[in-house]
Amino acid sequence: MTVDKLYLGGMKKGDRALIVATGGPIEIRRRLLEMGFLEGSVVEVIHEAPFGKDPIAVRVRGTLLALRRNEANYIEVHLEVA
Amino acid sequence: MSVNESALPLNEQARSPRFALAGNPNCGKTALFNAITGGRQKVGNYPGVTVERKEGFFTRPDGEQVRILDLPGTYSLDAKTPDEEISRDVLLGKISDEEQPDVILAVADATSLERNLGLILELRALGRPMILALNMMDLARARGAVIDLEVLGRELGFPVFPTVAVNGDGVEPLLAQAMQIAHAAKLSAEKSPAADWKNSTPNEVRDRFATVDAILAKAVKRSARPLIWSEKVDRIVVHPVWGSIILLFILGVIFQAIFSWAALPQEWIEKGVGALGKSVAGLMSVGPLRSLLTDGVIAGVGSVLVFLPQILLLFFFILLLEDTGYMARAAFLMDRVMGKVGLHGRAFIPLLSSFACAIPGIMATRTIENRRDRLTTILVAPLMTPSATLPNYSLLIAAFIPNTAVFGPVRLQGLVMLGLYAGGVAATLGMAWVFKRTLLKGVKPPLLMELPTYKVPSWRNIFFGLRDRCWIFIRRAGTVILAITIILWFVASYPKAPEGALLPPIDYSYAGRIGHAIEPLIRPLGFDWRIGIAFVPGMAAREVMVSALATVYAIEGKDEEATGRALSEVLKSQWSVATAVSLLVWYILACQCLSTLAVTRRETNSWRWPLFMFSYMTALAYVGSFITYRLCVWAGL
Repeated sequence: MTVDKLYLGGMKKGDRALIVATGGPIEIRRRLLEMGFLEGSVVEVIHEAPFGKDPIAVRVRGTLLALRRNEANYIEVHLEVA
Repeated sequence: MSVNESALPLNEQARSPRFALAGNPNCGKTALFNAITGGRQKVGNYPGVTVERKEGFFTRPDGEQVRILDLPGTYSLDAKTPDEEISRDVLLGKISDEEQPDVILAVADATSLERNLGLILELRALGRPMILALNMMDLARARGAVIDLEVLGRELGFPVFPTVAVNGDGVEPLLAQAMQIAHAAKLSAEKSPAADWKNSTPNEVRDRFATVDAILAKAVKRSARPLIWSEKVDRIVVHPVWGSIILLFILGVIFQAIFSWAALPQEWIEKGVGALGKSVAGLMSVGPLRSLLTDGVIAGVGSVLVFLPQILLLFFFILLLEDTGYMARAAFLMDRVMGKVGLHGRAFIPLLSSFACAIPGIMATRTIENRRDRLTTILVAPLMTPSATLPNYSLLIAAFIPNTAVFGPVRLQGLVMLGLYAGGVAATLGMAWVFKRTLLKGVKPPLLMELPTYKVPSWRNIFFGLRDRCWIFIRRAGTVILAITIILWFVASYPKAPEGALLPPIDYSYAGRIGHAIEPLIRPLGFDWRIGIAFVPGMAAREVMVSALATVYAIEGKDEEATGRALSEVLKSQWSVATAVSLLVWYILACQCLSTLAVTRRETNSWRWPLFMFSYMTALAYVGSFITYRLCVWAGL
């Protein structure tokens, strides 16, 4: 049985997850990686912006980063069991 | 040793060691730069690009002079933005007229090494002499971080020094070591050949961070805990409801400040300049030289200085918001709304400021990193009705719009005024939408923005920032504005009216000739040559239009108010309502301000964009006024 893949863009405020794969067009992928969205790092959604809950602010590798859900969807995650 | 501080002689420059500060944004790099230089710095541009170049100077206790370059903060050296490209090329020594730095002073935020060290490893790969400042060490310790600096230095392969840039702690040992490295480097190699640079592949980035993790595993016993109070503040500040209220409040304060707090100092400047002009006039006999000095030069200096209160106030708030960390939150909250027309979340402060005046607004677009986003914001900023247009609106509305009650206390004049402002906002957003889909089309840059932990603002940083902004404005835009004012004075004063002339002198001047010459062009808009003439001095500043019209109609009042009332009466008898409405529309859309063009020239570093701005706005205004005039005539107004 296959489980639907989960992406950072689909996470809600308060969700914590492990980054499984960072993809997307090469420029964006590189930038995401440089900002710390690395496979194996833990990511947590801390804030959601007012209109349409987009962009989101996440904590990853000790910093708080804002990004749009659109780009966040290049980051595949695995929800952590608390 | 007595060497001139600000401008070293060339042979001296060639010998003095040269440092470059490099690091992530928000790592306290600029604070360190200020601590090292003590404010002895100059700001300019790298040739051909709009990236700001900041260089500082300091003298070592032994008298040796050192120059230090503050590179723009970047997350990597892979060229995706001009900032990154410049940082990389400077470090590689690939920029002509820019000496390759002898030592790289890398700066990392000690509270977030997991991310900061990525760039440090990239810098290390350049193979240049290097030293690392672990900045904000006090905050890291307070948050429980335990870092073994010796192990970290050994793993990295270069010395590491703890610093607290805001109070200068640790700066001296860092500099002493950097000097040693600089002297050692000079003995060994003159200049390393510019290495070939290839952007990292995603896997190389992954490897780099794997190395970071391996180094940190050895050198860091405990990382810094998240800052609790900063998180608590964020729970309110980026809260969907409270956050929006706080943002509106802050915007309200800024708007109020540049709209009304600046008015008083502006009045002083105007009065002071006026008094100066009068006293100079009193000392000289009537003649062309007196006119040049008082109406040209002194008035021109005044027209430059009068912008300073607004620029100072706006940049005070912007620097304060940046320094505390709030600016990124504001952009976070506004991203969705501004994104609807393709603008960046950071564009709202420049645009809002443009309500007061487009000059500080355009200067404020520096906070927008993406070039296309920034250009779009610059191009549409003058469409936000600046306060200088208000006298024109007031004059025309008072003369032509009946003050009838529409609904309760709401009156037609007020409604029309509101409509004019709404028209300005609509034009701004509409044109932004158009530009982002045509001329400045491009992939929407991803929003990837750090929300730095809140900090107590450093007044030193704000003070130096303000000083830089004012200086840039006065030196670069101010000189152009001064020149333009003098040219406009000349155009409106020469040639002189002949002896016994019946018409006002301006009719005989070049401005008068221009007014007559463009009449066929502006006739379809319902404007006659008188309006054409008033446009010419009106280019110096929008509000000059009123006094220019008064000159053209040869109205002399006791004071400004009396002149305004008399002018209003004359216009009522001379113009049709259609002409007045058409002129109102013209003022919403036209670029009637040469100072705006001058500052755009400075901020975009080319004449292309100000020319384009002038052309598109004039075209827009022409079409808008034409349609309005025809509709009004058709409606029998």
